[in-house]
Amino acid sequence: MTALLESLGYSGWALHALIWLPVLGVGLVLWADEAQAKILAFWWSIGVFVLSLGLWWAFDPTRADMQMVSTTPWIEAWGVSYSLGIDGISLFMVMLTTFTTSLAILGSFNYIQKRERAFYALMLLLEAAVIGVFVATDVFLFYVFFELTLVPMYFIVGIWGGERRIYAAIKFFLYTAFGSLLMLVGILYLFAKAKLVLGLPTFAYADLLQVPLSGTEQLWLFTAFALAFSVKVPLFPLHTWLPDAHVEAPTPGSVILAAVLLKMGTYGFLRFLLPLFPVAAQHPTVVTTMLVLGVIGILYTAWVAAVQPDAKKLVAYTSVAHMGFVVLGIFALNVNGIQGGLIVMISHGISTGALFLLLGMLYERRHTRTIAEFGGIARVAPWFATAFVITALASIGLPGTSGFVGEFLALLGTFESHPTIAFIATLGVIFAAYYMLPMVQTVFFNKLETDENRQIKDLSSREMVILAPLCALMILIGWHPTPLLERMEPSVRAVIERVEAAGAADAQASFDPTPDAGPDVEDDGIQVTDGDE
Amino acid sequence: MVSGVFASLIALTQGGGQAAAEGAHFEPFLPGLVVLLPLLGFLANGILALRHGRASADAVRAGGEFNLGGPDSRPSTHTLPTWIGPGVMAGAFLITLVNFGRMLGVHLEAPVVVHYWTWMATGTFTVDAALQLDQLSMIMMMIITGVGFLIHVFSVGYMKEDPGYPRYFAYLNLFVFFMLVLVMGSSYALMFVGWEGVGLCSYLLIGFWFADREKADAGKKAFIVNRIGDVGFLIAMFLLYKAFHTVDFVPVFAEAETLAYGGALVTAITLFFFLGAVGKSAQMPLYVWLPDAMAGPTPVSALIHAATMVTAGVYLVARSSVLFALSPVASATVAGVGALTALFAATIALKQNDIKKVLAYSTVSQLGYMFVGVGVGAYAAGVFHLMTHAFFKALLFLGSGAVIHAMHHAYHSTHRHEDAQDMRNMGGLKAYMPITWATMWVATLAIAGIWPFAGFFSKDEIIWQTAAFGGAAGAPFPTLYTIYWIIALAAAMLTAFYMTRMMVMTFHGTNRTGEAEAKQLHEAPATMWIPLAVLAALSAFGGWINVPEAIQNSFLGGMGAFPMSEWLHHWLEPLTAQAHHIQEVNLGELSHSAPFGGGEVLWAVLSTVAAGVVVLLTIRTVGRQKIVSVAEDTTELTGISALLYNKYYVDEIYDRFIVQPIIEASRFCWRVVDARIIDGTVNAVGLVSKGIGWGISMFQTGSVNTYAFILTVGVLVILGASLF
Amino acid sequence: MITEALVLSAILFVIGTFGFLVRRNAIIMFLCVELQLNAVNLSFVAFSRMWGIDGQIFVFFVMTVAAAEAAVGLAIIISIFRHYETVNVDSFNLLKW
Repeated sequence: MTALLESLGYSGWALHALIWLPVLGVGLVLWADEAQAKILAFWWSIGVFVLSLGLWWAFDPTRADMQMVSTTPWIEAWGVSYSLGIDGISLFMVMLTTFTTSLAILGSFNYIQKRERAFYALMLLLEAAVIGVFVATDVFLFYVFFELTLVPMYFIVGIWGGERRIYAAIKFFLYTAFGSLLMLVGILYLFAKAKLVLGLPTFAYADLLQVPLSGTEQLWLFTAFALAFSVKVPLFPLHTWLPDAHVEAPTPGSVILAAVLLKMGTYGFLRFLLPLFPVAAQHPTVVTTMLVLGVIGILYTAWVAAVQPDAKKLVAYTSVAHMGFVVLGIFALNVNGIQGGLIVMISHGISTGALFLLLGMLYERRHTRTIAEFGGIARVAPWFATAFVITALASIGLPGTSGFVGEFLALLGTFESHPTIAFIATLGVIFAAYYMLPMVQTVFFNKLETDENRQIKDLSSREMVILAPLCALMILIGWHPTPLLERMEPSVRAVIERVEAAGAADAQASFDPTPDAGPDVEDDGIQVTDGDE
Repeated sequence: MVSGVFASLIALTQGGGQAAAEGAHFEPFLPGLVVLLPLLGFLANGILALRHGRASADAVRAGGEFNLGGPDSRPSTHTLPTWIGPGVMAGAFLITLVNFGRMLGVHLEAPVVVHYWTWMATGTFTVDAALQLDQLSMIMMMIITGVGFLIHVFSVGYMKEDPGYPRYFAYLNLFVFFMLVLVMGSSYALMFVGWEGVGLCSYLLIGFWFADREKADAGKKAFIVNRIGDVGFLIAMFLLYKAFHTVDFVPVFAEAETLAYGGALVTAITLFFFLGAVGKSAQMPLYVWLPDAMAGPTPVSALIHAATMVTAGVYLVARSSVLFALSPVASATVAGVGALTALFAATIALKQNDIKKVLAYSTVSQLGYMFVGVGVGAYAAGVFHLMTHAFFKALLFLGSGAVIHAMHHAYHSTHRHEDAQDMRNMGGLKAYMPITWATMWVATLAIAGIWPFAGFFSKDEIIWQTAAFGGAAGAPFPTLYTIYWIIALAAAMLTAFYMTRMMVMTFHGTNRTGEAEAKQLHEAPATMWIPLAVLAALSAFGGWINVPEAIQNSFLGGMGAFPMSEWLHHWLEPLTAQAHHIQEVNLGELSHSAPFGGGEVLWAVLSTVAAGVVVLLTIRTVGRQKIVSVAEDTTELTGISALLYNKYYVDEIYDRFIVQPIIEASRFCWRVVDARIIDGTVNAVGLVSKGIGWGISMFQTGSVNTYAFILTVGVLVILGASLF
Repeated sequence: MITEALVLSAILFVIGTFGFLVRRNAIIMFLCVELQLNAVNLSFVAFSRMWGIDGQIFVFFVMTVAAAEAAVGLAIIISIFRHYETVNVDSFNLLKW
């Protein structure tokens, strides 16, 4: 396989194709017949997915740095370039995106009844933008893609959404735009500083890593970036846009939102917050704040989820809880924690995506999402119930499913560095059962009473095609996550080493009474890298 | 069932493991297949269940109920599960037997670990998917596959007419798979997979008849309460990792003694593990799920909630014997919780009328004994009681299942809706079900601790070891252990009472089922009574594999005629030796006399005589009581009777002080914190911006002239400003 | 010479501005704007006598824009008239908040 890919020169063009093929698809879908749009969009997205599969083999699991790098100058005067690359952190995010987009498109065949061409075009545009976010290695380019994801999502919620779609769409847009504008300020500051220190205008990620920043600067920039990403994650208390957006969004919108868009936040933590601002990232106040917010997210949203009357809102809240585990894992600042966080990201993408698909299927049958309206459905829809129960179990992290591997490693990592916080977070395991099981019971078990519920149909073959790979992956990752872990490890290690090196230098500088470190040390004790001279 | 007998025969004839040739090599025989077979069974039955579910769903949709034997059903949905379900169990049991035979032939010093693949590897933390074969896991495998096979066979008869027949076997096979993972996993992490997996199966099987809300609720309760314990297990694993950077059994136990004896870390680890055990093995205060779990089919109660899953906590402590031995505080806690639970549950069982509830509380109580055993360092005794309990309690549950089956049929045939599980509706069943009656008496005598039945040896061993441990020179809390010992003796007497009461109410006296119904009562079919008979044999003689040395040469042990002295004890020696060594170094020799004097033989005789007297007295007193059927029963319970009958109101207390407050807090979080405070702030920001915009928009008069005027003024101002 | 031209230009511009501010008839306002433009054109031409051809070139630009503007502006006014049957700007306040 590797040889085949090499002969095709795969690593040279794959990343470009992954961004531009969906864009081409947008044009084709708009140009196609209304009736054909969904078929075309689906096969197109499958094509993109198959293309992305090649990354598995083309990726060199022993390297920690960016691979398949390519750079083309874009706005030379400002040092903006169109440069792409992937590492162990972004590899699986890209594959998750192409995978869930295909399934989300297949899952919207019945749900989307109006303006189909526009819808599928927007889905493909969203795919392109999200992949762009994960593979951009130029901070400016990253920002462009990051903001670009808002546009299709805004329309998907605003046009095809439920009753309060406008409110939800605007809330979603404003919340996230507010956060990312602060990040833009941060990026521009970095740019200015880089120009000052390095002497050339640049937005390249690799260059910005070389920019020496004082502790205070790092804290401010960290805050700006962290706000942008925390809204996306979302971190308590910036999460209230999520339930509204999820409830109003059409099924495929919810799937993509949960499976991929939220990951952009935690991906940003890993890609930017930790490497760019390593001193701030291990500042005790910062770490404690993030961990505490993550833990509150886990417990608080579990409680809130448990009393939701609307099934979709319940699942939306559980997303916040899951992402809390990711935040915990990342700010554990060790290999176990971060790898665990990454697995939770993947697992949450699969299991929560599947949950939203299943709830969408339920909605198509019953035109309601109120949990109390259902009951006893397992008797008339056994396949449906089976798929739902498997997914729900993966979601609450039962061992043998992907959820467990992620949560276990994330908690293990957190326990290594912050036992008390990990202890409290582990209680989330109980409350996961507390929110999920009553819902499963009320919907699928109990007595089959109403006639509407009696007439609910079981899964169609199309729906089985959607759910089968998702359920299979949940169990496969649950039993054999090693191929994923080993591909992530070098990159994760690199991030941690960078953070630790900065921490060590910082500690040495601040406790070293002799000033002969000279020009290499700034006033508040940050080691300046070579670029300064 | 034949092979079940075979197993014990082979075990008995081949002598102890220590008699084997030195240096021989243990070659595991297809250990993966033991685990894999039930999994394959689950998959096959699961597919059958889903296929059957489609047809069943159509029937339900049409407003009817699917008839499993009816013309619409494929014959395969009944025949195939009948063969696959018990079949895979037979296969797993045979392979286990081969391995057991091989292990008997060699003296296995260190556990054999069979690696399959790397499960998780982050770079700093690695766990393999690997199975560990040693003396302890072998005993557990024998119990799980052996007793499990018998219960599968029993289920064929018991569940015959249930519309969910293939689904039932799918769940049951899945349970066995996870249970085997639990006992065969080579690390705590893998054990945890089985640990939560069996909890899942328990959840699915308790709520098997999920159309009944109460039953579905019971399943949910079991899962959530179990998860409280699971948190303890997880934390303990994290602590272990912090201490040893691994959670694999072999390296952890090898390095365990680097931890300080009685230190905070090892105490924390063991106490958290014990929290997990408390949840899974239904000890105080987390026992509340087990009585409710009786909502599941009765063979499930026998397999999961008596013989195997609930004993996982005991297995966990026995497996971690080295760690527990290092922490006297944790060990005392284990024994204390066990003793209290043994007494507490026994008192509740005194007043229950539901036959399965009596057995459920009895199980909780007996599990308490096992914890007393492992808590006083008598790990082999705890495992021994685990084994004998698996025999006689499975038998009791299956017997009660046969009774309920018969009762249910009787009421069904006359279309009366009476409680088929309430003992007040039974009575005099001896005449209708002689085999069930006889086998259940064997089990009752075994659990009551009457010589020479299995329970006598195992229970007596535990009680004796409690006394001996408390009397050791360096025993940490001698008075405490004396109290445990007294509690254990008292609970044993209560056990004899409530079990005999159950037997008398069910099988003796006059029949209270109803005249028309009584004619329909009949003995269980062969698929059901043969497992009962096999288990009865095991309950009767199973205790003789581990006759304590002191008793062996007295008349209780057949005057030394029997060669199996302390077989199980020696068999487990390689695994418990380290713990015993730690104990001996720190506590010194165990005492050879009870707190009030007297040796092992004396107290064994005393206890069996006392239990016998209680049994006889109970037969007399309960037999003379006038019991009336549920419909006619109008007695109001008062005082202690009401307290016991209502289980000390523990469920109500939990609901009032834990469950409801959490739900209230959840509502508060949602409606006040989330909707008002957080979202309110967000919306307020939006409103303020909107308000500002609205104010400024007042300048937009819409009149061109105004705009023009402002424009001109503006230009003039700028001009003026630039001029001056 | 230049002074006179500039004075004339200023007078024309003020007339235009004044007319634009006080009249309500859209066409007259429009013509006033044209007057302003031409006042500016006049000063451009006047200055070009002193500083070269640039001013005259600019006048052409302004005239072109003015012509285009006249076309579009008048078209808008006509369509407004068709709709409201008046060209009084006071009656058009759709852009109001």
